[in-house]
Amino acid sequence: MEIKNEELSPAQTRHLANKKLGFKMLWIVAGSLLFAFALVPLYDVLCTITGLNGKTVTTASQLENAKVDETRWVTIQFTSSVMPGLGWNFYPKQASIKVRPGQVETVLFEAKNITSQVVAGQAIPSVSPGQAAAHLKKIECFCFQRQELKAGETKLMPLRFFVSNDLPVDVKEMTLSYAFFKSKD
Amino acid sequence: MFRQAINRLCFSLLLLLTAPQVFADYSWNFPEPVTPMALDTLHVHNKFMLIVAVIFVVVLAIMIYSIFKHRKSAGYQAVADKAPSTFSEIFWTLIPFIILLLIDFVIMGIPAYHSVVMMEDTRNESHLVLKVTGSQWRWQYEYMGNTDKGIEAGIEDAKGIKFVSNLSTPQDQIDGTVAPVNDPEKPYLLDVDNRLVLPVGAKVRILMTSTDVLHNWWVPQFGSSRLAVPGFIRETWVQVEKPGTYRGQCKELCGKGHGYMPVVVDALPAEEYKAWVIAKKEEMASADAGADKEWTKEDLVAEGKAVYEKNCAVCHQVTGAGLPPAFPAITGSKISLAPIFGADGKYLPDSHLDRVLNGKGIMPAWKATLNDTEIAAVITYERNALGNNVGDVLQPSQVKAARQ
Amino acid sequence: MSTTTVAHHDEHADHPTGIMRWLTTTNHKDIGTMYLTFSLIMFLVGGAMILGIRAELFQPGLQLMKPDFYNQLIGVHALIMIFAALMPAATGFANWMIPLQIGAPDMALPRLNNWGFWLLPPSAILLTLPFTLALFGIGDGAMATGWTFYPPLSVQGGFGVDFAIFAVHLLGISSVLGSINIIVTLFNMRAPGMTLMKMPMFAWGWLITAFLLIATIPVLAGAVTMLLTDRHFGTHFFDAAGGGDPILFQHLFWFFGHPEVYILLLPVWGFIPQILQTFSRKPMYGYKAQVYSLWAIGALAVVVWAHHFFTAGLPVPALLYFMYSTMAISLPLAVLFFCWIKTMWRGSMSFETPMLFTVGWIILFGIGGLTGLVLADVAADAQYHNSYFVVAHFHYTLFAGGIMGIMAGVYYWLPKMTGHMYNETLGKWHFWLTAISFNLTFIPQFFLGLAGMPRRIPDYALQFAEFNAISSVAAFVLGLSQLLFVYNIISTVKGGKKATDQVWEGAEGLEWTLSSPPPYHSFSEQPVIK
Repeated sequence: MEIKNEELSPAQTRHLANKKLGFKMLWIVAGSLLFAFALVPLYDVLCTITGLNGKTVTTASQLENAKVDETRWVTIQFTSSVMPGLGWNFYPKQASIKVRPGQVETVLFEAKNITSQVVAGQAIPSVSPGQAAAHLKKIECFCFQRQELKAGETKLMPLRFFVSNDLPVDVKEMTLSYAFFKSKD
Repeated sequence: MFRQAINRLCFSLLLLLTAPQVFADYSWNFPEPVTPMALDTLHVHNKFMLIVAVIFVVVLAIMIYSIFKHRKSAGYQAVADKAPSTFSEIFWTLIPFIILLLIDFVIMGIPAYHSVVMMEDTRNESHLVLKVTGSQWRWQYEYMGNTDKGIEAGIEDAKGIKFVSNLSTPQDQIDGTVAPVNDPEKPYLLDVDNRLVLPVGAKVRILMTSTDVLHNWWVPQFGSSRLAVPGFIRETWVQVEKPGTYRGQCKELCGKGHGYMPVVVDALPAEEYKAWVIAKKEEMASADAGADKEWTKEDLVAEGKAVYEKNCAVCHQVTGAGLPPAFPAITGSKISLAPIFGADGKYLPDSHLDRVLNGKGIMPAWKATLNDTEIAAVITYERNALGNNVGDVLQPSQVKAARQ
Repeated sequence: MSTTTVAHHDEHADHPTGIMRWLTTTNHKDIGTMYLTFSLIMFLVGGAMILGIRAELFQPGLQLMKPDFYNQLIGVHALIMIFAALMPAATGFANWMIPLQIGAPDMALPRLNNWGFWLLPPSAILLTLPFTLALFGIGDGAMATGWTFYPPLSVQGGFGVDFAIFAVHLLGISSVLGSINIIVTLFNMRAPGMTLMKMPMFAWGWLITAFLLIATIPVLAGAVTMLLTDRHFGTHFFDAAGGGDPILFQHLFWFFGHPEVYILLLPVWGFIPQILQTFSRKPMYGYKAQVYSLWAIGALAVVVWAHHFFTAGLPVPALLYFMYSTMAISLPLAVLFFCWIKTMWRGSMSFETPMLFTVGWIILFGIGGLTGLVLADVAADAQYHNSYFVVAHFHYTLFAGGIMGIMAGVYYWLPKMTGHMYNETLGKWHFWLTAISFNLTFIPQFFLGLAGMPRRIPDYALQFAEFNAISSVAAFVLGLSQLLFVYNIISTVKGGKKATDQVWEGAEGLEWTLSSPPPYHSFSEQPVIK
């Protein structure tokens, strides 16, 4: 402020002080608005780490060590939903498999476009129980990018994955579900 | 005035003192539990309610004593707290703090911990897996088969059985044109056409998902409730220990039909369950076979009317007028009047068959829930009734071909 | 607390009259009056909506409305009661009483104060306009998603949802402006000598409320903005198809939504002890303990949000954390209850209407709090969640704990604000009718919830009929009793027995040193607190 305090009446000084504090409070408002939008990526990160919502990572994982845990079996069931608007049939070729943690497996899903147009879809994976989601590591998956099928085309979609050795011992059974949505673009 | 207050307070006190008796009567409490989870929930609930009732009564008693003793009209002179020293203030206020600390984290906290762990124990030792899909406004059940443990236990494998469960209360009662009918066999708003059937004693792992909005699958007597989230899978479990029919409802607001998507479960002993599975599989096989025969237009329209009123009338209305803008009319609509198949014999995009099979937006994809005959019948009905008169017939075999 | 002499001069001259007085006013009392009037009107509007609902639920079968319209009523009822009735009432009291209580000439930012209020009427119109438009065949009515806006249902909805989103934006800006004003007033405008720890409890309650508001309202604003872009601009924050998650919305919403409960209650927890000390004729017990408890509750409020959706499928550690942190809220609350009752203990109590409401408030809010403690239990919550048990619980906290508290405040301060005594007999009738019919409305709903009736259903199975009938009849008595309240207020404003400056025999504090009604410009010279 250019004007010195002595030149202001007490009321004016107070008015300035009030305005100043008021603007400071606006910073809190701006901060929490920012926080709301920051929560979107934060939530994603949190979900990836803890499996909070059962989402799996959408990029390829590397098999970090080849050690296979021969002491236990894990049953994995597969299921699928085709969401409204997508004219496809889509189902897992096998209902469930048993795997050893650390062992790479390949399973197949079959998709068929039953419409008379080219249609693109995007598969969204979800794992239950959520805490297992972070331990289901995909090396190759049709869900990493959108899939396009010509009219009447049938396509076998492979998924190569392994279950991490860190999977909690009490998880003996998990379900991997794919919801196939019609691609928006 | 105060006489009233005394009477009222005494009455509520009396009610609270008789609380244990009240708890014994299920109509004033949770319905009879039939799963370990529901039983546990009931115990936890009763215990906690008793604790809070005791807190309430004790505090209320102190207040009432004070209200009658320390009133000006009774000539009581205020005794000011000697300017409470910090020490005495801390000491006195810590007392309620510590009492609640004990109640929260020991008396209530410990049993609550065990209940949570039990409730979330979905991973181990289930006998069979069931997938429940919520849609506006019906439930779809799909048996995903027995686990090793279920096979060992000799439970009949229902794998492959899949059906939709719709509210079966007549539409005129729902609309309010007729008064609700009190039928204990088919309770108003709590009965469905196809009930979910579960074997008694088997631990069922239930996978939940949805195709549109959030739903919540809830049977009070099972004590479990879980959100169905579109695109995600969630799970819970039930182990029904007593044969019987159990009823529940969707409990997450899911649009105008939220009050009209009940859950009805028949829990059957092993033998009856086996018989049901075999019969259901036969029924599904014969429905498949029905798709291959040639149907007359009249038969399709008759069948289609039933399918329409059960599945479509909620949104598109019995008359076909719809509820625009959310739910378009069938009568005179572009889709119902346009041709279904193109020159190449394939069904056209945005044709009647496309929309019914694959859905769009709020319109569900019926290929997941209706069989070929039902889809052919309902489309034929919509095109030749409800004020439409296209004249063509869609054969189940054409639907069968289209969806493969 | 003693004060120096206060200048009493009645000035009328220097402000415009008629409608312009109200449109342009920057006077804290005028703005307070407008807030309170707006709140009372919206309380009646929201109440009328719920009476429509209760009439429909009086017996099984649909008699009056279609499920769509039913869903619109429940959501708009909640938004109106929370944002347009309870919050403005608390802000109205803040405007009227905080400057008087802390010896300030006015609020710190008077023009901001005026804007804060005038955002409210347009947002109320935005909330209710879709109903009217639907009557003329435009659109399909107001938002039908419940007040919680959960996607994907809210993404499906018609333009009623957009209207509600904009209304929430405006209401949010209004309460943020109001909160900033209150914070600045409390920090900068206190009379010389009034340290923070000498502030009246109402000022403390509001200070914490204001901080909660500016910290959480923007999160709600962010969440509904994301919803808006999901609806119209192809984003997918809450859409699984694009990698979003509908549950994220629930986290964002309740990050605001749970503190909101305390935003509604903290101002009440502020003036309740003041009323108690007045009518017990002895100073409130445990001032410091109460202040620290209010802070503790304010802090806990922002870390317990997920207990609103235990059934959404959270991992066990998260469930346990949210369960125990929720239970922990009962600790500071127990201290508060203790202090309130200790204030009454060995006092010399008299039971004028404000005291009746306060005592009734303690008992009924106690029921709300205790059932909340039970609801914190994750396992039993699977049963309570979204059942009528929850509906009953939050009406005990928000109607009894919120609105009945506000009513106690109205009777307590009305003589000060208007200069007239209200009709005591009518006030007592209002209290007893409200308390009794309130309990008869909501006790049956506890049992309905236990028996398995979900909330937000327009029609129900026959076994729920008796309790619903009782609840509906009582709800109408409850609703009609409020007309006594309105009548009493209007006749007090118009005239009545002259109130003394102190009004109540045991009243203490700066506001009671001014005339009744206080001069248009109070405390031109600030009093000095020793």
